[in-house]
Amino acid sequence: MNKTVSGADEAIRDIEDGMILMMGGFGMSGLPENCIAALVKKGVKDLTCISNNAGVDDFGIGLMLKQRQVKKMISSYVGENAEFERQLLSGELEVELIPQGTLATRCMAAGYGMPAIFTPAGIGTEVAIGKEVRNFNGKDYLMEMAFEADFAIVKAWKGDTMGNLVYRATARNFNAVMAMAGKITIAEVEELVEPGEIDPDHVHTPGIYVHRIFQGKNYEKRIEQRTVRKK
Amino acid sequence: MLDKEGIAKRIAKEIKDGYYVNLGIGIPTLVANYIPENIDVVLQSENGLLGMGPFPFEGEEDADIINAGKQTITMLPGSAVFDSAMSFGMIRAKKVNLTILGAMEVSENGDIANWKIPGKMVKGMGGAMDLVASAENIIVAMQHVNKAGESKLLPNCTLPLTGVNCVKKIVTELAVLDVLPEGGFKLLERAPGVSVEEIKKATAGKLIIEGEVPEMVI
Repeated sequence: MNKTVSGADEAIRDIEDGMILMMGGFGMSGLPENCIAALVKKGVKDLTCISNNAGVDDFGIGLMLKQRQVKKMISSYVGENAEFERQLLSGELEVELIPQGTLATRCMAAGYGMPAIFTPAGIGTEVAIGKEVRNFNGKDYLMEMAFEADFAIVKAWKGDTMGNLVYRATARNFNAVMAMAGKITIAEVEELVEPGEIDPDHVHTPGIYVHRIFQGKNYEKRIEQRTVRKK
Repeated sequence: MLDKEGIAKRIAKEIKDGYYVNLGIGIPTLVANYIPENIDVVLQSENGLLGMGPFPFEGEEDADIINAGKQTITMLPGSAVFDSAMSFGMIRAKKVNLTILGAMEVSENGDIANWKIPGKMVKGMGGAMDLVASAENIIVAMQHVNKAGESKLLPNCTLPLTGVNCVKKIVTELAVLDVLPEGGFKLLERAPGVSVEEIKKATAGKLIIEGEVPEMVI
C-alpha cells in the first residue's frame, strides 16, 4: 500500500481546468506550499477552491489568484488579500463566503459519508437565503450540504508511505478535515517516514483517506502576523 | 471615556474562574492582557487550540503556532490542539463559556453586524457567525459611535447581519449595557467622566435607564 509519488508535479498531474479543489491551511499556517507552486506552474484554470482563506498577494492561494487560475473561492475570511478583494469587488472572481464552522463541518460530513449537516450558523442572515431551515427543539438550523471536491490537497508535518498523517500544533486546522473529504487526497509532508515509524496511537489522519503522499521541500512557512514580546 | 485598553480592562472583569473563553480579533484580543491572575481561564482559538498563551519571545515565534488572528502565539502547559471541525464542534455544543467579539453595529434586540459593508469591505465572517449562533454568553466590544459621530447601537442594524438575538452585553468607550431579552439597551455603568446625557445622545436604539447609573470601576 505504498502511496508515495515523486513530488508535487506528479501528485497534481491529473488536476484539470474547472475542477473543485480543497486546500488545507489557516492563514499561512499549514499551507500545501509545494502543490500550490506546482499548480501555478501547471497553469490549470477555472478552478473552484475551497479554502478558509485566500492567501496574501504573494503567498498561498494568492499566487493562483494573481495568475487568474481561480474562478470561484469558497472561504470564510479573505481579509488579507488586496488582489482578492479587487477581483471580488470588480466581479472577476466568484466568491461564496460561508461561516468557518460550516466550512469545516461540510468537509467533515464528506469525510464521514454524510450528505448534509444542520447548523445554527447563519440563521437570520444572508447566508441562509435559499437554504432549507429545520427546527429542532425550538431552535432553527440551516441544512448545509457536504462538499464534493475532486481533490483535497493538504499539508501535514509527518506522514508515512501508507498515507498516515500527523499534523503539528495549529497547522492541523482544516488539513485534517479536508484530508478526509477529497475524492482524491494529496498530502505533502515535511518528513516522510516508513510504516511503523509513526505510533498508530499518534495518527491524526488514517492512510485510507490519503491517495498520494510525498515529502515536500523548501518550505517557507511564512508568518502572517509576527507578534512577539521582549525577554 | 475609555480607550481600547480601557474597554478590554472592563470586559476582563466579566471573566470568571473556570471559564473557557473565545476572544475575537481587535479589542477582544487585548482582554487577555487583563485577566485577573487569581482566576483560572483557558483561552480557545477557533483555528484549533485550547490554552493559548502570550506572544512568543523574540526569535521563538513558530509558523505552526498561531491564533485565529494569524498572530504568532504560544501554547501554555495543558494546551490541546485539534482540527477546525472539532473546534466549532465545541463552540456549537456550548462548551465555550464566554465569547467576546467586535461589532460594527448592534441592534436593540441583540442582532449583530460585523462582517461586511456592501460594495466597500468584504472580509468575510470567519468564525463569527458560528460563535454568535451558538454561544449563550456573548459580550461585544465596540465603539459607541462611528467616525462621523453616528450611533452604532441602533433600533435595527443597517449592515448585513452576522447573527440575530444573540448579544447579551456591550462594552463601549462610553458605557456598559445589557441587551434585554424583550429588547432595549439597559444602561448599567458609565465610563469615567461620561454623563448619562452623553450616552443618551450616542445611542440611537431604545435606551433604558433605571435610577442612578454608577460610574464603572476598572
